[in-house]
Formats: sequence, C-alpha cells, structure tokens
Amino acid sequence: MSVKNDQPDMNRRKFVGTTVAAAGAVVVAPGVLLHTVAGADPETQGASAKHRWGMLIDANKCAEGCSACVDACNSEHGLTGHDRPMTDAQWIRAVKLKDNSTGHINRLVMMCQHCEHPPCVDVCPTGASFKRTDGIVLVDRHICIGCRYCMMACPYKARSFVHEDLEDQSVNAPRGKGCVEGCTMCVHRIDRGETMTACQEACRSTGHGAIVFGDMKDPDSEISQALKSQNSRQIRADLKLNTGVRYSNL
Amino acid sequence: MRSSFNSIRRFTCLLAGAAFAVTSLQATGDTAVIKGSKAASIESCVGETNDIRRNHMDYLKHQRVETVRDGIRGAKFSLIDCVECHASKDNDGNAVPVTDEGQFCEACHAYVAVSPACFQCHRTTPMQGKGSLGAVDLERMKFQSLNASSLKEWHPVIHAGSESAR
Repeated sequence: MSVKNDQPDMNRRKFVGTTVAAAGAVVVAPGVLLHTVAGADPETQGASAKHRWGMLIDANKCAEGCSACVDACNSEHGLTGHDRPMTDAQWIRAVKLKDNSTGHINRLVMMCQHCEHPPCVDVCPTGASFKRTDGIVLVDRHICIGCRYCMMACPYKARSFVHEDLEDQSVNAPRGKGCVEGCTMCVHRIDRGETMTACQEACRSTGHGAIVFGDMKDPDSEISQALKSQNSRQIRADLKLNTGVRYSNL
Repeated sequence: MRSSFNSIRRFTCLLAGAAFAVTSLQATGDTAVIKGSKAASIESCVGETNDIRRNHMDYLKHQRVETVRDGIRGAKFSLIDCVECHASKDNDGNAVPVTDEGQFCEACHAYVAVSPACFQCHRTTPMQGKGSLGAVDLERMKFQSLNASSLKEWHPVIHAGSESAR
C-alpha cells in the first residue's frame, strides 16, 4: 500500500521542522534567561578574560615615612606578625632604590607584580599557584603543600610563607600555617564589583595618590589613560613577564 | 493456614516498617543546632537539613574551587555563612568559635571522628565591623533554599515529625 514516489512528504518535513524548532526553543530559552540573570550580579559572575587588572605606581608620589598602604593591606587581610621582619608575612612593602653614581634615591612599593607569564606558576609542583583569567596571580591554599618553590622563582620576592599557627583570620583572606601567600590585588573586593584596592584607597586618603588601580583592557579606564599618556616601566622588563604592576617616574 | 501465615508475616513487616518510620522521623527531628546561634532562630538551613547534614562537605568542596579559581562568590553554599549562622554567643555576648568543644562543628565531627582541616585557615567566628563579608541575607536565603512551607507540601509527614521535635 506504500506510495512509490520520489517526492519528499512535505507534511512530515513540516512536522519535523516545527518539532525541532519548538524543542530547541525550550532547551535554549531557559539558558539564555539564566545567563542574563546571572550577568546582573558581579558576585556570581566570576572572573572574566575581558579584564586585566593592573596597577600603576608613581615613584615620585610615594612619600618618605608613609606606610598607609602597608597598614591598610595588613588590616584588610588580617596580617599579623611576631616582630620577626625576616619571616613575617608581607604582601606589600616599601623599598628604597639608590643610584650609587648620583646618590639619587627612589622610593616605591613592591608587591606581587601579577605577571602574564608568572614564574611562580611555572614551578609550582601541585598547581596551587595559578593565574585567574583576569590576570590575577593567586595561591590556592587548598592545594598548596608549602614547598616554597614559588618564593624561590619569584624575581620580586613578593611571596611570604606562614610559619606559625594562626587564629582570628579575616574573612577576606583565609590563611594558615604551611602555605605560601602574596598580594591578591584585593580579589575579594574585585569579585564584589568594587573598583579600588585597600592600598589604593589608603594612598588616596593620605592625599598622595601614588597608586592607580584598574582594568588595563578597558581603554577608557584611569589606568589605561595614565599608561597611554605617560612613560612607565616594568621592573625587570628583561624577563619578559609582562607584569600587571607598572611604575612611573622610576 | 498458609494464607493466614502469609498475612501475619505481611502484618509484621508493616509493623516493623512503621516502627522504623517513627524512629527515623525522630532522628530527622533531632536538632544539632546550638542554642543562641542565629541558626536556632531560622526555620531551615540553606538546603533541606538531612541533605546538608549528609552532603555539606561535597557542596563546600565544590564551591571552594569555583570561588578560588573562578572568582564566583555569593553562592548558595559558603563556609562563611555556615559560621555566621551556627556560631553561638557566650554570656558576655562574644562569639564562640564553632570549633570549641561542644560547639556546632566540633560536636558532630568529634562524634564521627573526623578532623576537618577547614579551620586551620578559615575564621571560626562571624566577622564584625568593617570588611565583614558575612551577615547572611535572610531574604535571599529564603528565596534560594527549600523553605519549610514548600517542604510541607512535598513531605507532609516528615515535616510534621521534624516540627514537633523542634
């Protein structure tokens, strides 16, 4: 009884077409909705490669005797010490550079430079040292075994090791004995959608304004404009690490 | 003869089943929540209590990867929120660490002989003042979780049991 015909059955085709379209709409539509809803809240959005967070530090504006940024970092992340400068945790520090031939002294702050090609990540045997898609270099303390290879590999001496048991940590920075740590570029603030790090906030409130923080991929951001308009440099640029922290007037 | 034996057996099974159901209901109703903690004043946890009891470690472990690696915060399961809700206060109004003897986390983990490493790094009391991420948003929690009234619709019997034991 079957009809021998080489013409396609148009009714069947129409039915299959509409069914597939309807099923597609049912599958895709909730996904689209979910995506747009999630996009509204910076907390649930997560890190994105659309940004690269960076800093520009003006060595001329970094004032002698001021420790506002260091203090702000310590209180923000609950960093406490034992009066042992050689081993106490230090996420940001003020350093002086003297040109011996002229006697000129530069003052600047040094911290994790959040390299695009971080040597600490290269040497980490467990994958604890990692770079987020938005360029921030972090330690995953859940995985860190405290071998300190990264501390050896870092050309900027930017990481610290926690030697003692800790208590009363800050919720901003869970940290404990046996792990390596360093500047997080106030990742807890960035994830909340804030646009200022603790050190920048402190530096501004003292009136020095030596630190500019922002998105280096956004051409209209303060940091992009500043980097475009003035000369800046990376420390140890010869290593070709493409650091996220840059310095001017150095 | 055989049929009456069968019916007796069936009845015994039923009886045993009912007894088991009653005891398990009592177990469901048992609350480990510490008096004086914020959790004691809230109807339900961020999920169904039994589910959280059984699976909280997996939820937290999954969440920690997303938060640390991908920067996704404000999620349903968060250790900060656990501490925020379950830490009790002493007579002077100071928060008691959840890892102190007899407190919420310690009591249960000591019973089952598990030593979680969470609190080697994580804070054991709610953080007060500036920089605090804590302060559980109760409205948001209600929205996210299975709240007690929705449970009542789905499991009227279980819910009645847990409510009476509370």
